[in-house]
Amino acid sequence: MKEKMGEPRHTISILVENKFGVLARVASLFSARGFNIDSLAVGETEDPTVSRMTIVVKGDERVLEQVEKQLNKLIDVIKLCDYVETPHLERDLALIKVKADKNDRSELLQIVDIFRAKIVDVSDNSVIIEVTGDEDKIEALIRMLASFGIQEMSRTGIVAMARGGKTLTL
Amino acid sequence: MEKTGAEILVECLEREGVDLLFGIPGGVNLPFFDKLYDSKIRVILTRHEQGATHMADGYARATGKVGVCTATSGPGATNLITGLATAHMDSIPIVAITGRVRSDSIGSDAFQEADATGCTRPVTKHNYLVKDVKILAQVVREAFHVARSGRPGPVHIDVPVDIQRAKTEFVYPEKIHIRSYSPTIKGHPLQIKKAAELIRESERPLLYVGGGTILSGASPEVRKLAEKANIPVATTLMANGALPYDHPLYLGPLGMHGKYATNTAMQKCDLMISCGARFDDRVTGKLSAFSPNSKKIHFDIDPANIGKSVRVDVPVVGDLKTVLKELVEEIPSQNHEKWIRQIQEWEQQHPFSYKQNEKDDFVKPQYVIQELHRITKGEAIVTTGVGQHQMWAMQWYPCRFPRHFLTSGGLGTMGYGFPSAIGAKLAFPDKQVVCIDGDGSFQMTMSEMATAIHEKVKVIVIVINNYYLGMVRQWQELFYQQRFSASCLTVEGGRRSKENEPDPRKLKYIPDFVKFADAYGALGMRITRKEEVVPALEKALESKSPVILDVIIHPEEKVFPMVPAGAGLDDLIVDMA
Repeated sequence: MKEKMGEPRHTISILVENKFGVLARVASLFSARGFNIDSLAVGETEDPTVSRMTIVVKGDERVLEQVEKQLNKLIDVIKLCDYVETPHLERDLALIKVKADKNDRSELLQIVDIFRAKIVDVSDNSVIIEVTGDEDKIEALIRMLASFGIQEMSRTGIVAMARGGKTLTL
Repeated sequence: MEKTGAEILVECLEREGVDLLFGIPGGVNLPFFDKLYDSKIRVILTRHEQGATHMADGYARATGKVGVCTATSGPGATNLITGLATAHMDSIPIVAITGRVRSDSIGSDAFQEADATGCTRPVTKHNYLVKDVKILAQVVREAFHVARSGRPGPVHIDVPVDIQRAKTEFVYPEKIHIRSYSPTIKGHPLQIKKAAELIRESERPLLYVGGGTILSGASPEVRKLAEKANIPVATTLMANGALPYDHPLYLGPLGMHGKYATNTAMQKCDLMISCGARFDDRVTGKLSAFSPNSKKIHFDIDPANIGKSVRVDVPVVGDLKTVLKELVEEIPSQNHEKWIRQIQEWEQQHPFSYKQNEKDDFVKPQYVIQELHRITKGEAIVTTGVGQHQMWAMQWYPCRFPRHFLTSGGLGTMGYGFPSAIGAKLAFPDKQVVCIDGDGSFQMTMSEMATAIHEKVKVIVIVINNYYLGMVRQWQELFYQQRFSASCLTVEGGRRSKENEPDPRKLKYIPDFVKFADAYGALGMRITRKEEVVPALEKALESKSPVILDVIIHPEEKVFPMVPAGAGLDDLIVDMA
């Protein structure tokens, strides 16, 4: 279990009805009950009637128990999985615009290479770097890029999937 | 056969067995109201949409059926919010139908547009915005199913006006299946066995009975369990009537204004058996000091209630009636005579009491309710607003039957009492229905008097009138150095203290509730002396028209015992004297 700011961090995936207003239902549940949400990613699944949300939430065991029970109470939530005790993959994608003139580029390229990131746009004094990975990797890259000057950043939020044969499907 | 959305709505309601619908027409629910014109459903035109929700709620609590209310878009829909939140907190099944602006103008800030589903989302069990007439029948079926099943609750359906007019081939969905929704009804057998074991081993067990018992219709099962295992029964505000008040094992109410004996039993028991109760802060007081030495069994249909505020030893998720039926089979007959005698001693030390001061000729509110109880044998349907009068009603009107005490417990909605009494009376025209109200609470929804008069709904409103927001005043007196900030409801109310309080005998009461009754064609009576109480109650019970009894009490009257907010149940203030 990863610790951050003292409280355990959980990655929860939920399958929900692909219906109008479901995202608002889930989001407003978190604000109404005072749960802290770190990130929320939502997209379609292999079944067009079902969407999958991945929520990263911090809290102690008791808070998490309530988060999961309250989510399960929502009529549109079909299935829920907390990955805390399941071997799983987590991926976040970030686009990071960094200040960089000609002199910086070679050093940047090295860093990008080490992190297996990509430079996807270049201009006279900036580059955009695309990186995919778990939260630790992206945070590490951000720390490395900070000295160049990060001008803008956009992240998708984490998506997750269990390793091996275990699936979260209907 | 092709039908319009409005026709489908009406037909679906009829097929659900809806006989009463409370609400107000407006721009975008007119197609629906036009079809209601030809329907056998009785439409009760209320004077405010909040009244419609509370009437549907009172109807639902009294009957156990789903209450139905309707409003137009915008202000009509937003006026439903308080009533839906009230029902949501107390798990009351309601279906609310609102009109919405035309589909193609949603989001354009059209006239009387509000994001109604956005507004009702946090105060309903579920809600729907119907964007296609083809799914309307399915939605209505689902809404009723969701409202009444599992842990019940309000459901809102928002239907744009063009969908009400649109036509589609109507096929009634006989069966419904929601893949993401299946409440647990049967309790886990192993958990039930564990619960039975704890009960067998216990020497000082206590049944902590909540509103879920009423909702589940589990009163007979609770009674069987109590009698077989010889377990005393304490009830929450919501469970008044779960056991007949004169049953030898019935102790009385728990919590902030509960009995000394009941709260003490809660603190001293070695086993607490919670039946459809959710450990509300008004029951538990300070959590760390709550029933410290007991093992805890928690029966609840909502898994989210389990462990939410209090850790329990044996949770059982399921429908209470179903679970208790199985549990009773698992336990032997028991005897807890010593424990029960101990509780009786506590009861004798501090029963509910009040002093009828000889010199002070003000009527005692407790006396009024006690006499009402005597005359009606505890068998009337009683509704309340929220505040001191509500607590006096709980203390002095213990009911004989379930579904006879209708009160806003979770949300604490002032103004709930009068409209919910109208809803209950419409459901049971032959029952005496009495709203015990405060002057503050009554003023929040008293415009529904017109509804009562027009629909010939004879309810009695007993206004316990202290010209204050009485419970606010009580807190200001006890915890805010008698600085009565904006709690006095007559003369200029802004700042009052003990020194500049108006003399209640010389006061001009605003409004004059007797004249108010007269203005609507109801019967109004003012009671200022003790000897007037019984004749007035008798006259009220015999009256054919709605009645307001304006009972003038002294504003210093307080509700005791009291556990101050945030204190433990052991820190009960029995009395000030």
